[in-house]
Amino acid sequence: MTFWKLFARNRGAVVGLGILVLIAVMAATASLFFPADPFSLAGKPMSPPGENGFLLGSDSLGRDVAAGIAHGAKTSLLIGLLATLVAVGIGIVMGALAGYYGGPIDNLLMRVTEMFQTIPSFIFAILLVAIMKPSIESIVIAIAVVSWPAVARLVRGEFLSLRNREFVQACHTLGMSDVRIMLGEILPNCLSPVIVIGSLMVATAILIESGLAFLGLGDPNIMSWGFQIGAGRTLLRSAWWVCTFPGIAILLTVLAINLVGEGINDALNPRLRERT
Amino acid sequence: MRYVVKRLLQAIPIVLAIVVLNFFLLQLAEGDAVDVLAGEAGSATPEYMAELRAKFGLDKPLPVQLAVYLKNVVMFDLGYSFRHDMPVSQLILDRLVPTLLLMVATITLAVGFGILLGLVAAMGLNTWRDTAISIFALITYATPLFWVGLMLIVVFSLNLRWFPTSGMENFAMFYEGWDRVKDIAHHLVLPTVTLSLFYLALYTRLMRASMLEQAGQDYVTTARAKGVTENRIMFVHVLRNALLPVVTMAGVQVGALIGGSVIVESVFAWPGLGMLAFEALFSRDLNLLLGIFLLSALLVVAVNLVVDIIYSSLDPRIEVN
Repeated sequence: MTFWKLFARNRGAVVGLGILVLIAVMAATASLFFPADPFSLAGKPMSPPGENGFLLGSDSLGRDVAAGIAHGAKTSLLIGLLATLVAVGIGIVMGALAGYYGGPIDNLLMRVTEMFQTIPSFIFAILLVAIMKPSIESIVIAIAVVSWPAVARLVRGEFLSLRNREFVQACHTLGMSDVRIMLGEILPNCLSPVIVIGSLMVATAILIESGLAFLGLGDPNIMSWGFQIGAGRTLLRSAWWVCTFPGIAILLTVLAINLVGEGINDALNPRLRERT
Repeated sequence: MRYVVKRLLQAIPIVLAIVVLNFFLLQLAEGDAVDVLAGEAGSATPEYMAELRAKFGLDKPLPVQLAVYLKNVVMFDLGYSFRHDMPVSQLILDRLVPTLLLMVATITLAVGFGILLGLVAAMGLNTWRDTAISIFALITYATPLFWVGLMLIVVFSLNLRWFPTSGMENFAMFYEGWDRVKDIAHHLVLPTVTLSLFYLALYTRLMRASMLEQAGQDYVTTARAKGVTENRIMFVHVLRNALLPVVTMAGVQVGALIGGSVIVESVFAWPGLGMLAFEALFSRDLNLLLGIFLLSALLVVAVNLVVDIIYSSLDPRIEVN
């Protein structure tokens, strides 16, 4: 069966993909529907949803909550994807080196991985962003630094089981370089679990980003959902909508990505699903 | 016993590496303690700052500074917080108890209900109960903690007025004895529920998967063949074995729990380590933040150690490799 047919067998995954596409479209068209800066005053402050021309209300400074959500979608998706790419990159390099060479290199790299897994990741991320000063780059780096160990362990395991197969030995006899064998021959054979773990990591990255922004560690120049909730928490008593809607946006996005990730997993490892 | 010693020895390099990492993070941060002091004082001559640096040993080469730092950490001297005008270790110790209280309550609730829900889901496989529990787990797994906290405040504190919005106790009432315990428990409810939700989802999924895995093992067939009732198989044979991975997971998740407590404590103004970290963040008190980070990392190492030891006594098949 083709990838799509296998993917579509999981109904949840299809629903998730639908939500995700909607959110991506919202992010892409944010500047079209809300051309003004989402930080700017757009009307009467503290307007409830549906009043004064605000679909989802406005906050204490008269900022449009709906505009913030649309522009925040860009931030969340961008940081989620970038951080995951960087983390997967680090994880593949570390895992490939450890699994391919084994011995002392493996031992050293796995000790480092273990240490990074022991450290409480969210506090580590807070610390890194605080030291580097909040910006998109520092947030991406911080999330990547706390997320790569899982990928490294996975890739190492795959490399360990593949490195002595016949096709790899054939490559050695042909005189291929180690780098070429690692990247060109072994890596493509272990991509599917990496893709699955990567897709689930995007969701975690978005959750970490929103937590950082909520604590005031977001990039001060770009709108994000976590920032909106953090700014609205003092208004809980008088304006519940400022916190509520961006939270629903985070929930839906993360849920959709998790569902899609499971769908990809079912499609790429069909045997795994039939077993359970 | 040999296992315990071996496991302790394995933990030492990790602890050392974490302390060294902490030292380099401190170096990475812009400005040192003297810059902070000079900034607090308003003005300082370069000569005075150089003198201060010499006094704190900040003019020494890096390896010497690292050695001094290591020695200080061993003596539990984590530096000085100039914002609070107190030693960092003192500040952290003062806030440790509320955080431990929150964490113990959370783990108990999350593991307890997680096991229960996972059990119910696994026993009614593919019925509406299983589906409902799976959907609940899926949604709570995707919800940001701080948002759940704020929504619980809106519903249960502001509208229903069942629970207080923030803090750990009502100081104005001067409660003593049992009244004080009850007051603290009352304040504990919402933060605990918030922090538990995420882990509840995790343990529910794990427990369900673990039950299903164990139900397919050979010993279940054997038990069935010798005529053991289904209930006895489920609750005596399968449940016991299925609990093992849940226990390990509870240990592994302590690090994440500490991270979650930063968020939950700052939402509910719970006066623990997480709240302290939030305050440190706001006043840019990096020394304090690093101290909290170091302590929480050590806490994770310690908890993992304890869980591994408990685990090895529960399951004799486990060995140190």
